[in-house]
Amino acid sequence: MSLNSKIPSGPLAEKWTHYKEHVKLVNPANKRKLEVIVVGTGLAGGAAAATLAELGYKVKAFCFQDSPRRAHSIAAQGGINAAKNYKNDGDSVFRLFYDTIKGGDFRSREGNVHRLAEVSTNIIDQCTAQGVPFAREYGGLLDNRSFGGAQVSRTFYARGQTGQQLLLGAYQALERQIGLGNVTMYNRHEMVELVIIDGKARGIIARDLVTGELTKHFGHAVMLATGGYGNVFYLSTNAMGSNVTAIWKAHKKGAFFGNPCYTQIHPTCIPVTGDYQSKLTLMSESLRNDGRVWVPKSREDAKDIREGRKTAIDIKEEDRDYYLERKYPSFGNLCPRDIASRAAKEACDDGRGIVASGLGVFLDFADAIRRLGVDVVKARYGELFPMYHNITNEDPLKMPMKIYPAVHYTMGGLWVDYELMTTVPGLYAMGEANFSDHGANRLGASALMQGLADGYFVAPYTVGNYLSSEIFTKAIPTDHPAFVEAENAARERMNRFLNVKGKTSVEEFHKRLGKIMWEYCGMARTEAGLTKAKGLLKELREEFWRDVRVPGEFNSFNPDLDKAGRVADFIELGELMVRDALNRNESCGGHFREEYQDAGEAKRDDVNYRYAAAWEFKGVEAEPELHKEQLEFENVELQVRSYK
Amino acid sequence: MKINLRVWRQKNSSDKGGMKSYVVNDVNPDMSFLEMFDVLNEQLIQLGDEPIAFDHDCREGICGMCSMYINGRAHGPLHGTTTCQLYMRHFKDGETIVVEPWRASAFPVIKDLVVDRTAFDKIIAAGGFVSVNTGQAIDANAIAVEKAKAEEAMDAAACIGCGACVAACKNASGMLFTSAKVSQLALLPQGSPERKVRVLKMIEAHDEAGFGSCTNTGACEAECPKEISISHIARLNREFALASLD
Ligand SMILES: Cc1cc2nc3c(=O)[nH]c(=O)nc-3n(C[C@H](O)[C@H](O)[C@H](O)COP(=O)(O)OP(=O)(O)OC[C@H]3O[C@@H](n4cnc5c(N)ncnc54)[C@H](O)[C@@H]3O)c2cc1C
Ligand code: FES
Repeated sequence: MSLNSKIPSGPLAEKWTHYKEHVKLVNPANKRKLEVIVVGTGLAGGAAAATLAELGYKVKAFCFQDSPRRAHSIAAQGGINAAKNYKNDGDSVFRLFYDTIKGGDFRSREGNVHRLAEVSTNIIDQCTAQGVPFAREYGGLLDNRSFGGAQVSRTFYARGQTGQQLLLGAYQALERQIGLGNVTMYNRHEMVELVIIDGKARGIIARDLVTGELTKHFGHAVMLATGGYGNVFYLSTNAMGSNVTAIWKAHKKGAFFGNPCYTQIHPTCIPVTGDYQSKLTLMSESLRNDGRVWVPKSREDAKDIREGRKTAIDIKEEDRDYYLERKYPSFGNLCPRDIASRAAKEACDDGRGIVASGLGVFLDFADAIRRLGVDVVKARYGELFPMYHNITNEDPLKMPMKIYPAVHYTMGGLWVDYELMTTVPGLYAMGEANFSDHGANRLGASALMQGLADGYFVAPYTVGNYLSSEIFTKAIPTDHPAFVEAENAARERMNRFLNVKGKTSVEEFHKRLGKIMWEYCGMARTEAGLTKAKGLLKELREEFWRDVRVPGEFNSFNPDLDKAGRVADFIELGELMVRDALNRNESCGGHFREEYQDAGEAKRDDVNYRYAAAWEFKGVEAEPELHKEQLEFENVELQVRSYK
Repeated sequence: MKINLRVWRQKNSSDKGGMKSYVVNDVNPDMSFLEMFDVLNEQLIQLGDEPIAFDHDCREGICGMCSMYINGRAHGPLHGTTTCQLYMRHFKDGETIVVEPWRASAFPVIKDLVVDRTAFDKIIAAGGFVSVNTGQAIDANAIAVEKAKAEEAMDAAACIGCGACVAACKNASGMLFTSAKVSQLALLPQGSPERKVRVLKMIEAHDEAGFGSCTNTGACEAECPKEISISHIARLNREFALASLD
């Protein structure tokens, strides 16, 4: 099968307009007869479900939380980018496009990224109209800040709760449609199978998480917006329930998986302190605007700090290594995430980490406090300082924060074409669940933008192009053999989990999976390590099916049974990620292969690897097949991404 | 640390339920309250017992999923804190902690500490929105909003919909939750055209869902993890009075 990205022809800036002007439409009377399933009601899914219902389609929406208002999108702190140029500092659609392509280390599609930058401005208009309380200036107009090292101020924010406010906006639009009877909402439901009939996506099997019952749902099209899979690493900044199950089931039924190994490791998270820890907490990137990152110059000092004989304050200025400022004089503490993360790892690998485990560096506000005063610094970072204080029991106004990189975001996901359709006709993927517009590395404040772009402004229109040829398809009854078969497969699998009755809990397997992934497929990867991980993951998978212990019953509220399904899928995904990382013999963005570097800096190979990898599933035991989508750059020049 | 727990166990919504005692040894003071439950649940699984069901997701104090009634207080002893952000260092070694689900007829128990809060969604569906379809919006800066009003709207919008206000209230009223949304949208020009219908419909949905009425005890504000002020209830009352005049 050859991949067709369906990028419209014509000049870059006109592609989307041209597409919209020529896309096939569905008339209102027919829309009412067409049913669309939207799985996931975070920013991407919530926005899409609401918009599709407004357009007149019959929508069924699913989420595993008790309410669509609680999707993981709610945790985003920093902000959302848009090329509004409200600050008159020279921003434009092209600049946002260019920054995103460059930030992604030239591993994304020009056409998609340009469209993203174009609709970014509509998002801000839409959300403001919904009543999202964005930060404002004294004149009453919207405020912006600069974020993640961008040279312009294009980030809109609502205190430290931007994700929450954007999600509530989408949620309220969705609830309005639920109230009007245009959307049926299935909360506490988890998609556990995709149903394909005659080669097209036609529905899903979902587990009612309250009763445990399996339920069957038909749709003329199925849209997945189920978020990222960072929890394959066990510890991450993602919510506890974030999982890969929906897109993994789709992958196993024919949807290719794009760039699974591209993972974003965020440099400023609270370090791991104990084995009981269930998640890692992000400290917003904005802290690097004023905080300076350092470790002691000498290993002895670092050891003394680790063992409690000294604290940060005992280390004299000349004995500190502000390593980001030293290595990247022009960007300093504001260099991009992947670079800051690797530099922290390097310092700690060198024996200069400053927390008991050895894995931690300082983020110091002393200079900013001297310069601006405590009150200004406190006001600038709002809830972040108290939050850090509460979690760690240390006051960052008195003692530098201790931070370390943690898994945060997955650029990989289901491969989609320009219309956001996967390789399965009628199956779409949106938001973090698709392999998206971020290439090998995502810039700060761009995930919210992409989720809402997909959900409000792209997918609801591109799906019409497909549905216009489905108007004669009658709703397929769910006693169709394909539904029954998918339901049976899901039931058998869950019964298998329950019947192993082994000794090891699901949680324990998840932790072990996370350790393997972090060690060998984390911030720095090598051929030898990845090869080893491949073997370890296969062993882990076999052991899981031999020895897992899942308590409780099938037909009941049973979170451990749900989690067993998620972890089993994560293990298989881990194997694919390792496979992808092994294949990519270059370093780019979040993917750093130690063999491919120039004096510590990532070395891309544009001759051999300027492609998106799309993997086809061939069986759990079989090698997946690699398909390559060559990336063409007609509007930007490929360069080495330097921040020195 | 050693912690003694008394926890509400209830198999499903029709089960009567009751308290059960557990002991957790080797609790690290830096553990969160939910991580302490994780440890207990691992022990229960190893013993062949069913783990204790509880809601949680973000574990960062923002999704509003966690909901434990700890020692007679919604989200426990610490002011302005969700259960997931409560750390064991705030308890004493050897202490006995009593943990129950939210209690309110509008929030039926699903299992153990998990309750059904979809009544909140119904209140929003009734009117907690601005009726603007995707693509209908004008340029964002065409609407100027006074900074102080925008800030106050944000104070209200910070509600995480956890339901602590209902659990804390002797009448099990959902008025703090309802008023936070009414107030946010009443403060903004975007919300103005639907101001009257909104408040009427949301209060109707609130009452229909079985929440009690507000008698201004202030317990909700005291227990709200996001410190949402009861001044929003006062605004809701004014909005309601105005809307009822027509
Ligand atoms: C701590 C943190 C801070 C962040 N800050 C920022 C920021 O400042 N700016 C920015 O741009 N980005 C930020 N991000 C990234 C951004 O928040 C996410 O990438 C984005 O919100 C993902 O949105 P989504 O709609 O794709 O998925 P999600 O919000 O994760 O939604 C997934 C949905 O799918 C549902 N679901 C999942 N699996 C299933 C299943 N099997 N069956 C049924 N339903 C299912 C869930 O219930 C949920 O409704 C941050 C991320 C984190 C972790
Ligand atoms: S788990 Fe999200 S608020 Fe506590």
